[in-house]
Amino acid sequence: MRKRYRKVVNLLMLSLSGLLTVYGVFWLFWILGSLFISGIKYFSPELVYLDPTPAGMEGGGLRPAFVGHFILTTLATIIGVPIGLMAGIYFAEYGKDSDFFRVLRHITDIMVSTPSIIMGAVVYAVLVKPIGHFNGLSGAVALALLMVPVVAVTTDEMLKLVPQQMREAAYALGAYKWQMIKSVTLRAAKVGVLTGILLGVARISGETAPLLFTSFNNAFLNFNLMKPMASITVTTFNYVMGPYHYWHQQAWAASLILTLGVLMLSIFARLILHGKITNPFAFMFKRIKKEV
Amino acid sequence: MLETTIKQKKRMEIINLNFYYGKNHALKNISMPIFDRRVTALIGPSGCGKTTLLRCFNRMHDLYPNNRYEGDILLDDVSIFDKSVDLIELRSKVGMVFQKPTPFPMSIFDNIAFGLKLKGIRGSELKGRVEKALKDAALWDEVKDRLKESAFSLSGGQQQRLCIARSLAVEPEVLLFDEPTSALDPISTAKIEELIVELKREITIVIVTHNMQQAARISDYTGFMYLGELVEFNPTEKLFTKPDQKLTEDYITGRFG
Repeated sequence: MRKRYRKVVNLLMLSLSGLLTVYGVFWLFWILGSLFISGIKYFSPELVYLDPTPAGMEGGGLRPAFVGHFILTTLATIIGVPIGLMAGIYFAEYGKDSDFFRVLRHITDIMVSTPSIIMGAVVYAVLVKPIGHFNGLSGAVALALLMVPVVAVTTDEMLKLVPQQMREAAYALGAYKWQMIKSVTLRAAKVGVLTGILLGVARISGETAPLLFTSFNNAFLNFNLMKPMASITVTTFNYVMGPYHYWHQQAWAASLILTLGVLMLSIFARLILHGKITNPFAFMFKRIKKEV
Repeated sequence: MLETTIKQKKRMEIINLNFYYGKNHALKNISMPIFDRRVTALIGPSGCGKTTLLRCFNRMHDLYPNNRYEGDILLDDVSIFDKSVDLIELRSKVGMVFQKPTPFPMSIFDNIAFGLKLKGIRGSELKGRVEKALKDAALWDEVKDRLKESAFSLSGGQQQRLCIARSLAVEPEVLLFDEPTSALDPISTAKIEELIVELKREITIVIVTHNMQQAARISDYTGFMYLGELVEFNPTEKLFTKPDQKLTEDYITGRFG
């Protein structure tokens, strides 16, 4: 009797959790599915290399948005990664016994899930208002601010997984702390730290809200960081809100390209995490060795 | 203590050492010599403080807050607690091999070269020193064709000998072993024991071990510790055959522990 009851409960829980999973995945696939269908339908290579036509005139492409998006994310990565990395190293290796840094670490955790529009508002006050107009630099800074906590938290977590004995072994050979971190713990945590960086890049590439207040938009190809700079996300937002049918079509195609880009980045990150690609940036870190 | 023990040269001397983890009084008034180019074993039941004592010798406890020493430890007649002592220098004089093998995430060659590079040794001298260290640790023949491979590709026993080679490379005066064979199979254990006996011609060795037979096999002097105190320190043969203390006898005959 008892056994039968347990079996029934087991079956019930199994079907319930299965059903709810299907429910969640259904919406996700619906969104992705319609994105793929419409995105592929409206995609044309001109989208990438032509500039936009004057509003209302069919044709043209979104070159400024693709170029701007690339500049913004690259610059944000260049600014955000070193800060996040050093913060993570500090949390894991130096600040462990300090209450102040324990609190700071907790705040960083909260910052990971701060609504991105808040970062946009902060940067608007600091870098847009004083300059007097929207500019690309402020967009990159807002994205960098979003990236810092992601990178810091993963770096910290990954370094904490390195066994303490490995640190002691380095000290026992007469290493200074920084030498120990540089050649032992960072190396041991390399794969996880790189994954964290890639996840951070993936996160900022899909952001719209912080860019609305900062880099804004630009219909012309622009490499000047002190001027407004287009991005795929903001352009998509504007085009979707706009009145023209061909704008909507271009927005579909641009969203698809962006989604595929982010998807590829996270697949890449996962492959590293599971050791399929051990060191994708080996060529960057290779030192010129005279010996051995 | 026997006449012979007094004649030998002391490399280290522990004088009335007390050690506290915060408020926990872990080592109580320990005094003992560490004789030059001899193997000294520390035995005792779990939690008796033998590893704690070992980690005082290279001041490993300094890495963590709230640890406190009282008393003194002399290395070549100089206190290791003296303000003029550079911890980095102390640790390259007093090396340490841990319970579990701790290879660094780099090649076999780079593992050995790590400590040497810290000392600024480069080029052909580096190559020579790495080779010598691997030969001294009886590992050279097994790894000479795969120096560029990851250290994790070695077996557990080989990894432990790699760690010994890494410590030997910086030419320490004293080498501390913290239960170096407890994670190894009997054959690897035998190899490490042989190696330790071989090494004592050149350097002073202190080994913490759970295994009394191991202490009896390889050490010249043995200290028996219990509840943070050094109960007895004697030449190994005497301690295992005619111990001075009743407690030592009870432990080595397996009446507790």
